[in-house]
Amino acid sequence: MSARPASTRSGFAPTLRAVPTLLRIGFAGVVAYRSEMIVWILTTNMPLVMLALLRAVAAEGPVGRFDAARFTAYYFATLVVRLLTSAWVVWELVYEIRQGTLAAKLLRPLSPLVPYATDNLAALPIRGALVLPIALVGVLWAGPERFTHDPLSWLAFVVSVAAAWAVTFLVMLAIGTLSLRWESSLSIYDLWIAAYFVFSGYLLPLELFPPRVLAVVRWLPFRYLLSFPVEIALGALSRREILLGLGAQLGWLAASALLAHLIWRDGLRRFAAYGG
Amino acid sequence: MIRVRALRKHYQVHERPPGLAAALRSLLHRRYKTVAAVDGIDFDIAPGERVGFLGPNGAGKTTTLKMLAGLLHPTAGEASVLGFEPRRRDRELLRSIMLVTGQKQQLLWDLPPADTFELNRAIYDVPRAQFRRTLDELVHELDLGGLIEKPTRQLSLGERMKCELAAALVHGPKVLFLDEPTIGLDVTMQATVRRFVKAYNERTGATVILTSHYMEDVVALCPRVIVIDHGKLSWDGALDELVRGTRPEKRVALRLGAPASASQVAALGAKVIEHDDAHVVLQVEVAQLSGVLSRGLASLAVDDLTVEAAPLEDVLSDLFRRGRDERAARAEPAEPGA
Repeated sequence: MSARPASTRSGFAPTLRAVPTLLRIGFAGVVAYRSEMIVWILTTNMPLVMLALLRAVAAEGPVGRFDAARFTAYYFATLVVRLLTSAWVVWELVYEIRQGTLAAKLLRPLSPLVPYATDNLAALPIRGALVLPIALVGVLWAGPERFTHDPLSWLAFVVSVAAAWAVTFLVMLAIGTLSLRWESSLSIYDLWIAAYFVFSGYLLPLELFPPRVLAVVRWLPFRYLLSFPVEIALGALSRREILLGLGAQLGWLAASALLAHLIWRDGLRRFAAYGG
Repeated sequence: MIRVRALRKHYQVHERPPGLAAALRSLLHRRYKTVAAVDGIDFDIAPGERVGFLGPNGAGKTTTLKMLAGLLHPTAGEASVLGFEPRRRDRELLRSIMLVTGQKQQLLWDLPPADTFELNRAIYDVPRAQFRRTLDELVHELDLGGLIEKPTRQLSLGERMKCELAAALVHGPKVLFLDEPTIGLDVTMQATVRRFVKAYNERTGATVILTSHYMEDVVALCPRVIVIDHGKLSWDGALDELVRGTRPEKRVALRLGAPASASQVAALGAKVIEHDDAHVVLQVEVAQLSGVLSRGLASLAVDDLTVEAAPLEDVLSDLFRRGRDERAARAEPAEPGA
């Protein structure tokens, strides 16, 4: 094989230079799809359904530590965290693999993972703007005293929401990439999201689970994708518990990054062997 | 610039007969066979050449193209593009090549093409001044004024293809892979795309490698063709030599001022391809051309005549048929003593 000419520019700096434009174009795309985004937010209403049910139950008397106002605070916080930590890369990736358009992205001097991430992140300003009134209603209805007043806890909340988004994105990326090997990777995502609904606290607060189930749930990643930031927002955790939780989130972040990396590498090898 | 030696790509393909029993058996025991998509090809392409990759469906053209672009890893052999091994996907190589496919678009569907151009500027790290200059040239040459600010979904297929080309070229690639770039376009737009690609190649010196089933694309763009059939190279050389070598006969088309009878036409001594009241088309050996023309002009009321090489479609059909016959002969050797 002929000698390879030396690369004249490093790979990391051009990637960083590209990110602001990628975010700006991603934001333009989100604006173009604004009506779909509003519909998606309106359909993410399960916490409000559960809130209605459990407020009716709590009218008879508190359920554990949960009275009606605490349920209100919990489910509004759940809705906000869910809306802020969602991603759609699994559908995007599976679609591009099936359509064969991933090949063109692999030919660029920039990993396709960067535009996938920036596209998903670019939705945050609009999501934030849409989530703000929901959060405001939640605070006013449940009462401000139902939420933490500790600035450090709110800082931890922001960090935990960012980590929850990153783990969600990476897991979606890993599952979507499996489509390079199996056609049924969306079925795997269906399994994942079913487990998420049950074990993340999306349907029911985790502390209402039986202790034995809860002991298992604490070793699963799902709590760190939703319930953990919600627990911080509600002031349900001590600073030590918050630090331990952030450490666990970091662990899940590293594990999901490794998993996504290994599956992506394997997928590209397979793609290079068999084509798209 | 592009060097290919003994390049092979073999796939393991899962095989199973139809039916439920076969489906159940395949769950326990999968049978595979090896398919040689590309089976040991060699060629070199110099900087600035325009080369057509031709071959029937499944011949190995796109597989070769994908190996040169680094999307597929060869099973064996060597490929080098601009001094890089494509499978390593060096950033510098990726900045210097581009693949345009007529069937798959890279334009952002709900945004104006200008946003895709800007996105590619960022991805390919093109300095702004150079981007502006290149884009101005592309907008002028492709007549994109007024198109690049409209959402892509509102553009016609032809307008989208022109914008696809512009998006592919904002970083000034040195090697351009075009995979069926004119598919589905009307004849005017096909001609526009061909004119643009040729002018771009002549202006920038970029190497162009084209696969197309439209022979007009190949005739207009590619002085050299590489024909791949069943994964093997069956021709590498000048297009006109391919035509002369495979179909040395000429096509003689006569426009008649008065109808000619079948016996009059037969008397010309050439194979009759078409014959009606107003036209006669003949296939004539080069050595007999002057005689046939003299007889035709003397015996028929000829208003106009043209002499052309055989159409490329016919030339390729002949080439592929010969390849099939040779493969069949190798597969069924003559019986001993026959």
